[in-house]
Amino acid sequence: MAKSESEMTWRDLNIGCIVTEPGSARQYQSGTWRSQRPTYEFKKCIRCGLCSLFCPEGCIEQNKDGYFEANMYYCKGCGICARECWPRVIKMVEEEEK
Amino acid sequence: MTQRVGVEVSIAVADAVRMANPDVVAAYPITPQTHIVEHLAELVANGEMDAEYIPVESEHSAMSACLGAAAAGARTFTATASQGLALMNEVLYVASGMRLPIVMVVANRALSAPLSIWCDHSDLMSVRDTGWVQIIVENGQQAVDNTLCAFRIAEDRRVLLPVIVHLDGFNLTHVIEPIVFPEQADIDKFLPVSSYPLPLNPDKPVAMGSFAPPFIFTEAKWAQEVALKNSKGVVLECWSDFSKISGRGYSPVEKYKSDGAKVLLTTMGSIGETASVAIDRMRAAGKDVGLLKLRLWRPFPFDELRVAVKDADVLIVLDRDLSFGGPGGVLASEVKAALYSLERKPKVVGFVGGLGGRDITMDGFEDIVNKGMEIARKGSQHEYEIYGVRE
Amino acid sequence: MENYAVYVPRLVKKKEKFAPGHRACIGCGEALAIRLAFKALGNNVIVANATGCAEIFTSQLPYTSWQLPWIHTLFENTAAVASGIEAAYKAMGRKGKAVPPDTKVVAIAGDGGTSDIGLQALSGALERGHNFLYICFDNEAYQNTGNQRSSATPFGAATTTSPLGKKSIGQFSWKKNMPEIAAAHNIPYVATASPGYPFDLMDKVAKGVATPGPAYIHVYSPCPTGWRCPTDIVVKLSRLVVETGVFPLYEVENGRYKMSMELPQLRPVKDYLKLQGRFRHLSDDTIKMIQERVELDYRKLLEKAKDGSKRSKRKSSPGTAKVSA
Repeated sequence: MAKSESEMTWRDLNIGCIVTEPGSARQYQSGTWRSQRPTYEFKKCIRCGLCSLFCPEGCIEQNKDGYFEANMYYCKGCGICARECWPRVIKMVEEEEK
Repeated sequence: MTQRVGVEVSIAVADAVRMANPDVVAAYPITPQTHIVEHLAELVANGEMDAEYIPVESEHSAMSACLGAAAAGARTFTATASQGLALMNEVLYVASGMRLPIVMVVANRALSAPLSIWCDHSDLMSVRDTGWVQIIVENGQQAVDNTLCAFRIAEDRRVLLPVIVHLDGFNLTHVIEPIVFPEQADIDKFLPVSSYPLPLNPDKPVAMGSFAPPFIFTEAKWAQEVALKNSKGVVLECWSDFSKISGRGYSPVEKYKSDGAKVLLTTMGSIGETASVAIDRMRAAGKDVGLLKLRLWRPFPFDELRVAVKDADVLIVLDRDLSFGGPGGVLASEVKAALYSLERKPKVVGFVGGLGGRDITMDGFEDIVNKGMEIARKGSQHEYEIYGVRE
Repeated sequence: MENYAVYVPRLVKKKEKFAPGHRACIGCGEALAIRLAFKALGNNVIVANATGCAEIFTSQLPYTSWQLPWIHTLFENTAAVASGIEAAYKAMGRKGKAVPPDTKVVAIAGDGGTSDIGLQALSGALERGHNFLYICFDNEAYQNTGNQRSSATPFGAATTTSPLGKKSIGQFSWKKNMPEIAAAHNIPYVATASPGYPFDLMDKVAKGVATPGPAYIHVYSPCPTGWRCPTDIVVKLSRLVVETGVFPLYEVENGRYKMSMELPQLRPVKDYLKLQGRFRHLSDDTIKMIQERVELDYRKLLEKAKDGSKRSKRKSSPGTAKVSA
């Protein structure tokens, strides 16, 4: 959305408040929610992709080396990937104060 | 023009719906609307109307199915009455908030308790604030004409709001009246092919019904209000176009011998026909009375009402509904509010009568007018007068 | 590396129908389940969503997480709205209006919007035989409003409206068996699924959406927020719930029951219950009662599945008089 919340007028709304941009939630940085973050030992990674399958955010993708890595813009730090990773590549650590 | 035929009004309304070529009809039976939905089912079963007929399991689901169908871009119709209207109440707000052009016919019937299947306007008033365009008809011909107009008004891109056509239960739904149906070819031109600007379609995904935090809710509601207010222009345009093909015109406040009359009676619904005969009788006896009949209920015709009453000293309003513990009839209180800002305005006297199917005869109307004039002269300690209660 | 049987990038479609940036709680099992389920759907889908967690966390104005056409109206009418959309597409298709053919309606709702307030609309839609898929994402309470009990809340679970107290051990009734209720409507396809078995879930959703007529899938969706458990064990719980027999995975195709997996022995329910704060207060006696009930229900289900396989054997060999056990 071009306008901020305080700037939107009634004319900016579509009819019936219909949202016409599919997936526009991608703009929202859910990564600000986390209190812990995944760290990786990629040499152990077998590129099975189970972590990406089980991520509730759907934010884990293969990086240029083919290893699966979470997108920190969205990662909420739930730790499911760390728990499910059987070669134990992923370790959750405390998110530092910025 | 087709031949004039005698048809039960419910059947005529269903035939009017058929002429409009709806895509989806989702309805639940309730007295006194049953003949409408039965005839629609018959028309579909015989292949005379090409629509999906969904025999839903409650009125709430009836209106909900209409939401889905209209959102998908289909021309949608349903009908109900009293308890059914009350049951679908929450869905009505959603339909108008989501700007879905659904057409509904309501056979006005009293709300329980005690149970009553007979005509009054308590159900009509219960949906006053739902944001639907609302038209009230007086006889079978008007019911047919306005059902057809309703589709056009609802689907007009400048409106895109759901429309209710109110007609009195039993007094209209179950009587045989002379009806002239418009020519199908004229209606095909009058009603464009239905299309919704942003329908549910996998080729162009949209999200409908998102939730609105406080920062935007007011704006959403104001957008809806602006649309409803502006719909009056489209209603007038539609009625004007309809008069060109039918010879019958309508206006938001219909006047019967009211020009210059000092005492005016206002009614809603079929009781206005009896009232007009009573007015004739009173005028023949020398009384300076006239009749106003409200045709457009929402958006409320403020301008037309103010103009219609400008010469009157007394305005007697008959309500077939009662708002308990309040100012009496809802129509009377809306009329009072509409006239409040005028420098010169008539004295408004509200009567509540005709509840739960109780008829008001011509003598009754004379009684009401006389009483009303007296109260206007002497004043009253009551907010409104209840007519006909045996004490 | 390439020979591993589980190799997600090969087996699962990469495209997300469900954008990240949604506002589900950290570790939300429902978000995971929806994400997986929607990977099994094509693009020719219209989604009708009930009020609930999924609707709220995906649709805050002015954004949406959905990349499919999506509609939310009210809490209890999802199946009715889905009926309307399905009928509209049928009518419009027949009349030659420009709508994509073979568009399928998928209705999604939580356990509250399915087994409680939405049961009437669901029953009506199933009875009328509309061509749609209904998926219930079951997080076992009204989680969006703060963990109030629903009829899908399991026995003994503490919720805010069935709290633990001096006179209460939590939920006083047994979980309503929604898949059975759906199956009782004689619809072509009913299934249960869990995100702990993602490929099974995706297969079932694909099957459900391909089935002509009504299909019902009940998906277990852990809620760490409401169930008071750590966020990282969501998938582990989704496996345990199946392995203990608390939430068996099965399908009912045209009345024929079929278990989705063979469990030679059920794990004790205590393994599942002890990981969740909502069950922490349960006494050994109550756990024993739950164990017995789970075993009983599981046995009954196995019997039905055995009948189902018998029936299919009979069907395939009409000349055989004797039926093998």
